[in-house]
Amino acid sequence: MSFFFEVLVGGLLAGVMYSLVAIGFVLIYKASGVFNFAQGSMVLFSALTFVSLLERGYPFWLAFLLSLLIMLVLAWAIERWVLRKLVNRSPITLFMATLGLSYIIEGLAQSLWGAQVHGLDLGINDEPFEVFGLLLSQFDLFASAVAGTLVIILSIFFNKTRTGIALRAVADDPLAALAVGINLQRLWLIVWAVAGFVGLVAGLLWGARLGVQFSLSLVVLKALPVLIIGGFTSITGCIVGGLIIGASEKLAEIFIGPYLGGGIENWFPYVLAMLFLLVRPAGLFGERQIERV
Amino acid sequence: MNTTQPLPPPLLQLEHISLSFKAVKAITNISFAVQPGEICALIGPNGAGKSSLLNVINGVYRPDEGAISYNGETLHIMQPQHAAERGIARTFQNIALFKGMTVLDNVLTGRNLHVHSSWLEQVFNLGRAPQEAVRQRKKAEEIIDFLDIQPWRNSVVGNLPYGLQKRVELGRALAAEPKLLLLDEPMAGMNAEEKQEMSRFILATQREFTTTIVLIEHDIGVVMTLSNHVVVLDYGKKIGDGKPEEVRQNPQVIAAYLGTKH
Amino acid sequence: MLYREAGQFISHYRADQRLFRLRQDRIGFYLLLASAFVLVPYCGNDYWFSAILIPFLVLSLAGMGLNFLTGYAGQLSLGSAAFMAVGAFSAYNFNLRVEGLPFLLSILLGGVVAGLTGVIFGLPSLKIKGFYVLVSTLAAQFFVQWVFTNFAWFSNDSSSGVITAPPLQVFGLDLSSPAGRYLLTLTIVTALGLLAANIVRSELGRNWMAVRDMDTAAAVIGIAIPKTKLLAFAISSFYLGIAGSLWAFTYLGTVEPHGFDINRSFQILFIIIIGGMGSILGNFLGAAFIVLFPVLMSHIANGLLAGVIDAGHLENFQKIVFGMLIIGFLIKEPNGLASIWQTFRQQLRVWPLRY
Repeated sequence: MSFFFEVLVGGLLAGVMYSLVAIGFVLIYKASGVFNFAQGSMVLFSALTFVSLLERGYPFWLAFLLSLLIMLVLAWAIERWVLRKLVNRSPITLFMATLGLSYIIEGLAQSLWGAQVHGLDLGINDEPFEVFGLLLSQFDLFASAVAGTLVIILSIFFNKTRTGIALRAVADDPLAALAVGINLQRLWLIVWAVAGFVGLVAGLLWGARLGVQFSLSLVVLKALPVLIIGGFTSITGCIVGGLIIGASEKLAEIFIGPYLGGGIENWFPYVLAMLFLLVRPAGLFGERQIERV
Repeated sequence: MNTTQPLPPPLLQLEHISLSFKAVKAITNISFAVQPGEICALIGPNGAGKSSLLNVINGVYRPDEGAISYNGETLHIMQPQHAAERGIARTFQNIALFKGMTVLDNVLTGRNLHVHSSWLEQVFNLGRAPQEAVRQRKKAEEIIDFLDIQPWRNSVVGNLPYGLQKRVELGRALAAEPKLLLLDEPMAGMNAEEKQEMSRFILATQREFTTTIVLIEHDIGVVMTLSNHVVVLDYGKKIGDGKPEEVRQNPQVIAAYLGTKH
Repeated sequence: MLYREAGQFISHYRADQRLFRLRQDRIGFYLLLASAFVLVPYCGNDYWFSAILIPFLVLSLAGMGLNFLTGYAGQLSLGSAAFMAVGAFSAYNFNLRVEGLPFLLSILLGGVVAGLTGVIFGLPSLKIKGFYVLVSTLAAQFFVQWVFTNFAWFSNDSSSGVITAPPLQVFGLDLSSPAGRYLLTLTIVTALGLLAANIVRSELGRNWMAVRDMDTAAAVIGIAIPKTKLLAFAISSFYLGIAGSLWAFTYLGTVEPHGFDINRSFQILFIIIIGGMGSILGNFLGAAFIVLFPVLMSHIANGLLAGVIDAGHLENFQKIVFGMLIIGFLIKEPNGLASIWQTFRQQLRVWPLRY
């Protein structure tokens, strides 16, 4: 039984990492209605930038700030040359544009910093330690603490600051927000920059665990079932969805996988999300829309 | 006026229909009947529940309570598709055309329930499919002639001006050869001339195809000249029902329209 | 002048409904077909057949498959390669396990199995809309790849799931030479291409577009949404399945499940974005672009910039250019190369006048 709980807790903690990627998604989706496929490549790009700066001898904080600055420039470029040109286009078109964007960012990241795998050491000791008889990873606990802090900061940002309130207005009705004088382009810039920041944090944690490499950009795909389960518009949903996906895929791999020849965690989250959709099409925390005709 | 003659059974009868969205009551206990062949106008201020009522009639919304009988059949739960199969066609307040398709293709989609060839026949263009394609095209062209939109036959609908789109949408509905036609603000946003033209099409539809029509319209002048029967809604409740001239005298209706205290 | 339509009167609906209404278009099309079937096999060399023409044709076919689903029926998919894999592996197994089954029939059956698989993964689309459908197609992508990697039965117990083409025998003819494989692919793609042009102009094609443009209105006018969507998944996956078989047997010869990974799905999506969504011609233009562009790039790199750019950089550079092209097309020409071709034709019609 304690093995079961170890797998469960390990899965939950790993799920937090999915949540981090999903949060970046939700921020952008809420503010601009864009399903940003490039979030994964933003994670890769930021982590790669950070680790390359670190390798060139920059101190941690300077590398972090510089990476953040580069993500800001990226957000600015995306708003200026992509989003602004695609205003009022269908969501599918915008999605495809972000697909193109992910190619550009990936190509850029690798031609700037090379394609080899970089190790990243955040200075956290990953010795497993024991709590109530369960062996837990210290690193995973650290990651969850970071995610928790991030969520608190973001919810303060959204609920208490002027910008946050403007963002919620835009999410609700972009035209009306425009009419009351909210600067849409500035807000999009902010939200993409914040998503870049979240991407950087996610990239550092994922990078420290898997090594900073190309496959990071594929993490984005696992975030999709997380979003489906949590609902596309809720940050709480991201966390809960991430936990569910993380825990269930690990449990399925350990306890069902052996009967099927292993490797089922590659597809299990998607099938789970699919089944979930049949029961709750709007996700756990999403809003159901009433269609007006 | 001859009141002794028994009325024919109504084509459409709504009984005690109620509908709410979450906590908001959109329609409260509404009943009325539509006689075959008449033009029935639903009027009332914005938010009175008119469009919702149309949506209930053709199954887009499911009422919380009440029953609809149509053509002698009582329908409790209806899907939009079932309504279409029974000969109920409809246009929308905010035009719901297929924007990426041509005028001709839009009208042709309206014929879909009259297509009998199977999808396999269509894929290979064998069996019934080729003749049928010609037959449907002929029917669609009749509608296009009727509405005078021949020059735009091959234009993509999304690029056409608003007034024309409204006409194409009517065309798509007519292509289905409906028994009952629901028109949601067919003349919204039109100038006087366009309204007149649209009124002509509506009257011609009633006359030539003997179609029963339920329409929503805000222009009282148009309503009074077009319709045989007027139903007035306010805040989701029915406050008037009768011939145009009767309704015009109804103090409750006057109050709702002029804003007198209830 | 060349493109004048004066004097060509259309007096029957049937004449109006055919594929090419203008005589010039018809003649052009026949000439194109004739040269593809007769001239090219005589003039082409093995490099052109194997490295350019065959992949171009197969990718065009795959593009058609995805275009039915995404361009016409409006259902986004990132699982195209999965259905290609199902087609290829099923055809392989039919051919392997059914004694004396003709090659063409194996491919056809492979397509049917792919179509049925498409229906299964299309089922969630009946309850959900938009991006949510993506998750179902991603499930297909990862699940199918896992099945063929993990269960060696499908690849007849070969190592790492590799399958090899059966003998390419059609009606007693051996078509295993590059020119033979080209002709075989060309024949199948031409037949399915004509069928595709037929489908999208039929009632079924119109229903797809209606569901794409506004599904509520489609339901209200009586279109059976579930049937329409599932047929889109079925026919789309059928085409992809055939394309998968051709990819495995006439193009590559041997293929492993990894050859049908998610990057292949992206590639096919790019074909229809660049070529033009909702256009049959667009699939061919997009596929030509996708096949020729890297060749062109590497020629430029080897010729002009020899020694300046290494292969790794070239690949990254290609990625960047591709991404930019996609965004560029979406911004400037959302209907892709097909729409550029239409504009060009329109100008040709009125030439030398402006309009």
